Amino acid sequence: MTVADYAFYLFAIVMLVAGVFTVVSRNPVHSVLWLIVTFLTASGLFVLLGAEFVAMLLVIVYVGAVMVLFLFVVMMLDVDFAELKAGMAKYLPFALLIGVVLLLQMGFAFGDWHSAEGAEALRRSVTPDAAEVHNTAALGQLMYDDYLMLFQLAGLILLVAMIGAIVLTLRHRSDVKRQNVLKQMYRKPEESFEMKDIKPGQGL
Amino acid sequence: MVEFFTTTNLGIFLLTLGQILLVLVPLFVALAFLMYGDRKIWAAVQMRKGPNIVGIFGLLQSFADFIKYLVKEVVVPAGADKFVFYLAPMITFITAAIAWAVIPWNDGWVISDINIAILYIFAVSSLEVYGVIMGGWASNSKYPFLGSLRSAAQMISYEVSIGLIIIGVVLSSGSMNFGDIVAAQDGKGIFSWYWLPHFPMVFLFFVSALAETNRPPFDLPEAESELVAGYQVEYSSTPFLLFMMGELMAVVLMCALVSILFFGGWNSPVEFLPDGILWLILKMLIAFFVFSMVKAIVPRYRYDQLMRIGWKVFLPLSLGWVVLVAFFAQYGAFWGTYARWTVGG
Repeated sequence: MTVADYAFYLFAIVMLVAGVFTVVSRNPVHSVLWLIVTFLTASGLFVLLGAEFVAMLLVIVYVGAVMVLFLFVVMMLDVDFAELKAGMAKYLPFALLIGVVLLLQMGFAFGDWHSAEGAEALRRSVTPDAAEVHNTAALGQLMYDDYLMLFQLAGLILLVAMIGAIVLTLRHRSDVKRQNVLKQMYRKPEESFEMKDIKPGQGL
Repeated sequence: MVEFFTTTNLGIFLLTLGQILLVLVPLFVALAFLMYGDRKIWAAVQMRKGPNIVGIFGLLQSFADFIKYLVKEVVVPAGADKFVFYLAPMITFITAAIAWAVIPWNDGWVISDINIAILYIFAVSSLEVYGVIMGGWASNSKYPFLGSLRSAAQMISYEVSIGLIIIGVVLSSGSMNFGDIVAAQDGKGIFSWYWLPHFPMVFLFFVSALAETNRPPFDLPEAESELVAGYQVEYSSTPFLLFMMGELMAVVLMCALVSILFFGGWNSPVEFLPDGILWLILKMLIAFFVFSMVKAIVPRYRYDQLMRIGWKVFLPLSLGWVVLVAFFAQYGAFWGTYARWTVGG
């Protein structure tokens, strides 16, 4: 076995164990932390596959941003752990049922899976040769040269989603005090305070 | 002998281990003196003497502190989540240390010469926030928790603008490898470095680096005047030492990044002197000096001001700069200053 093989088994085992702990941990913060471990090991697997760009992106986007927000929310929540645990037995049959259905669906889909003739060749024809360009450059070439339109469309969809979220949560409140930053910055010392010469024992 | 180190598993392992020690051991020794220098500069600005008892001119102060931190008792709060409590300082320390794997010291003097070095630095520095959040949460106490909430928002916000600023440099060099970025700045000494074409971004990067590393004037996660010491309140002894070393290492890393991205790395500022590692170290020291001076001179920001600067000033400015640089690079404006592609293009 080479170093890469050892690394693969290490990452794979840690990932599975962390995934299990994500589900079974009683404390939601621990769950999020285990999920972070899962993501980190997944990015390790990507590196072993030679997809270092995706690996780094996984860490930057998911671990660096999404999980921080998760952690942020979970830490602020006031969760009653006992109550959460009590519901476990009640929902377990449903969860198992859903799991089995999903597994069956995947099994059916995968068992009857065959791609069209020439699909492989079509896909290969646009992929830059891995021996010539490293995969960051190859991804850039595919996204910004060959499929620019689709990439822009994906961006537009995200923009629509963002605008939707803003519209849903935006509210103008007239009853709260707001800071006017420009007004604060242009305030002069003469307008805001004056010097008084106070004699001892007299006061103002 | 050479074959043993380049072909066998054990050889490669030993070689890499040797390289890691070669980088980290001098770095840790340097940290001790940087800490001392930081305190001395701070003291000088405030017309104090600073550490001057241990060793000649107090030079050994950091080592005395080190021993003190090691032999003190570790106090764990009663309601703390013990595992996470111990894990947090380790994460801060380890993430700060592993980032040095891709920092080149001279042409080819780097532990891991990867194509996506900048993305790696991003990834590692985005992990640094966890040390602070976990430390604050696991302490199970009010002040640390408030500190960790602040840091979560602050570090994420400023990572965005740091990322966009670096994208400008990447656009100019056409590579995310530090060696290539430094090579792109090679030329007529000091005026071919990126600080000139990317002039406004040098300051934005520096200020963002201050916020990213929780240095004053943006040290709001620990703000001793309002939060006692933020997420570090409950930490003592060795865990505290790890936090402190991790933070200082992140600061030195930012110094290295400023030197490499904007000030030509190991390139000599004048043509008649040879390039070399000493130039990089000198530039890092100057950057660290500025970091210390800012800490001594500038008063702390208010939290809402900090967030406002990050999202409403730095983000639009750096985003606009990326667009500008993209145009400059595409059309070869300013005699191709913005398009020094060393690879591909």
